[in-house]
Amino acid sequence: MTPSDSFDDLRDLYQEVILDHGRKPRFAQRLETFDSTAKGDNPMCGDRVQVWVKFDGDSIGRVGFEARGCAISVASADLMAETVQGRAKADTKALFEAFREMARTGTCPSCDAALAEPLERLAPLSGVHEYPSRVKCATLPWHALVAALDGSKEASSE
Amino acid sequence: MNAIDKSAGLDVARIRADFPILDQKIRGKTLVFLDSAASAQKPRAVIDAMRIAMETQYANVHRGLHWMSERTTEAYEAARDAVAALMNAKDRAEIVFTRNSTEAINLLAHSYGRGVMKRGQAVLISGMEHHSNIVPWQMLRDSHGIELRVADITDQGELDMADFEAKLADGRVGLVAITHMSNVLGTVTPAERIVALAHAHGAKVMFDGSQAIVHRKIDVQALGCDFYCWTGHKLYGPTGIGVLWGRRELLERMPPFLGGGDMISSVTYEQSTWAAVPHKFEAGTPAILEGIGLKAAIDYVQAIGYDAMVAHEASLTEHALARLASVPGLTILGQAQERGGVIAFAMEKAHAHDVATLLDRQGIAVRAGHHCAEPLMRRYNLDSTARASFGVYTTHAEVDALAAGLLRVREFFA
Ligand SMILES: Cc1ncc(COP(=O)(O)O)c(C=O)c1O
Repeated sequence: MTPSDSFDDLRDLYQEVILDHGRKPRFAQRLETFDSTAKGDNPMCGDRVQVWVKFDGDSIGRVGFEARGCAISVASADLMAETVQGRAKADTKALFEAFREMARTGTCPSCDAALAEPLERLAPLSGVHEYPSRVKCATLPWHALVAALDGSKEASSE
Repeated sequence: MNAIDKSAGLDVARIRADFPILDQKIRGKTLVFLDSAASAQKPRAVIDAMRIAMETQYANVHRGLHWMSERTTEAYEAARDAVAALMNAKDRAEIVFTRNSTEAINLLAHSYGRGVMKRGQAVLISGMEHHSNIVPWQMLRDSHGIELRVADITDQGELDMADFEAKLADGRVGLVAITHMSNVLGTVTPAERIVALAHAHGAKVMFDGSQAIVHRKIDVQALGCDFYCWTGHKLYGPTGIGVLWGRRELLERMPPFLGGGDMISSVTYEQSTWAAVPHKFEAGTPAILEGIGLKAAIDYVQAIGYDAMVAHEASLTEHALARLASVPGLTILGQAQERGGVIAFAMEKAHAHDVATLLDRQGIAVRAGHHCAEPLMRRYNLDSTARASFGVYTTHAEVDALAAGLLRVREFFA
């Protein structure tokens, strides 16, 4: 252990963006007023997340969450909240599908060009595809969000 | 390899050469495999025994009258002798082959729990059991009205003997089913005292020896217990084979578990009669190749000798506890006096899964999660921990690599 330790070998999955959002999530709070909420639970590792959503017509107005879990799941929840605010509900589900594809395979070649910009923001998480057991950490908050959009209380797990 | 690894009476460099898998790079780094408690690696002797059986003599057992079947039956039954000798069973017929520990415990819950125990009796487990020694007893409770009791553990991670005795006091416990060594805390439970107390209160005792068999010489007659189970893949053997040892007179009183071929003496449409023990509990074509592999694993372990294995492990564990204590913010779960080479830990500000992934990046394999012991995790207010565990092939240098790797993880998250 020296100050010159570059950590390059550790960075592929844990990029600065992820460490930063994992440590200091901006959206990690329950909303005082909300239209829908749902929980996600990964019994394999004990990760737990709850997502609150306030709608703005057909769009997502605000998102807040509480997560107990690894840096990947917290960072993913935070990046998700940041990315989906102001987005149409239908769009958000399409984005979830694209993100899930990216988390599993590292890319999403078949994805709609309209999703390119939000996917770019989520791209730091694409490194999880190399760790099949960690993909769920990244997608768990999204499952909870989609459950909230569908009006169910619990996310159905993969 | 350093000098310490020879001083424990074990030439670890030579042992490592017996395990072909160990010599490789993972993600460009030298593999440091510290997950043997989940499943151990296999020596060449095991791999060869299974391959050679398939290449030269393989056939079904206990039924063919031809040369191949006879040779294979001999080889498979030799595994039973090897297990009986390993555990010092009085009688080879007391060795029942199962798929793993989980199946052995389910067999016991079914055949002893439903078949011999009476409604209103209780099963007593401890607060540090693997799910495989919790769930079958819950199922028995729910289907059969047999109470499930749990003896507390102390903050140090040892069995709370006062609570254990209190839970036996009313004489309703028919069976104590308890781990001989925790797969999370490393705690070795005081087997002789457990047996003495249980028997004094009229209860039989089953030990889950899944971990203990790897770390201690097991002598079931000296322990005085009634049942003892373990699983082959943790003792350097193949997956798919496990052992339930039981006292013959108890096994004879128990009804069969699964029905089918091999477990009968005669079948008519009206009724069937059962084969003698142990075959009564071994329905269907058994894990033949796995039995042959298990015998090779037992021969391998016996050639090294438990004394040397235990000394090596004690030396590694002591070294690891000292090295890990120097990593800031690391908490080790359990401080039992008597413990084996399994160490679970939690790092401040870093989730166990992140710790495990970041160690993996450095070539170091540990397990992270609840280790199939959710109630135990809850006891310590944790969702998950990371766990390092040692085998005969583990070196002190690998323990040093773990400590160095953890320091980097800590720095990375700081
Ligand atoms: C203490 C303990 N009991 C039971 C088991 C279950 O073993 P198996 O999965 O081979 O049935 C394990 C291993 O995972 C264990 O460590």
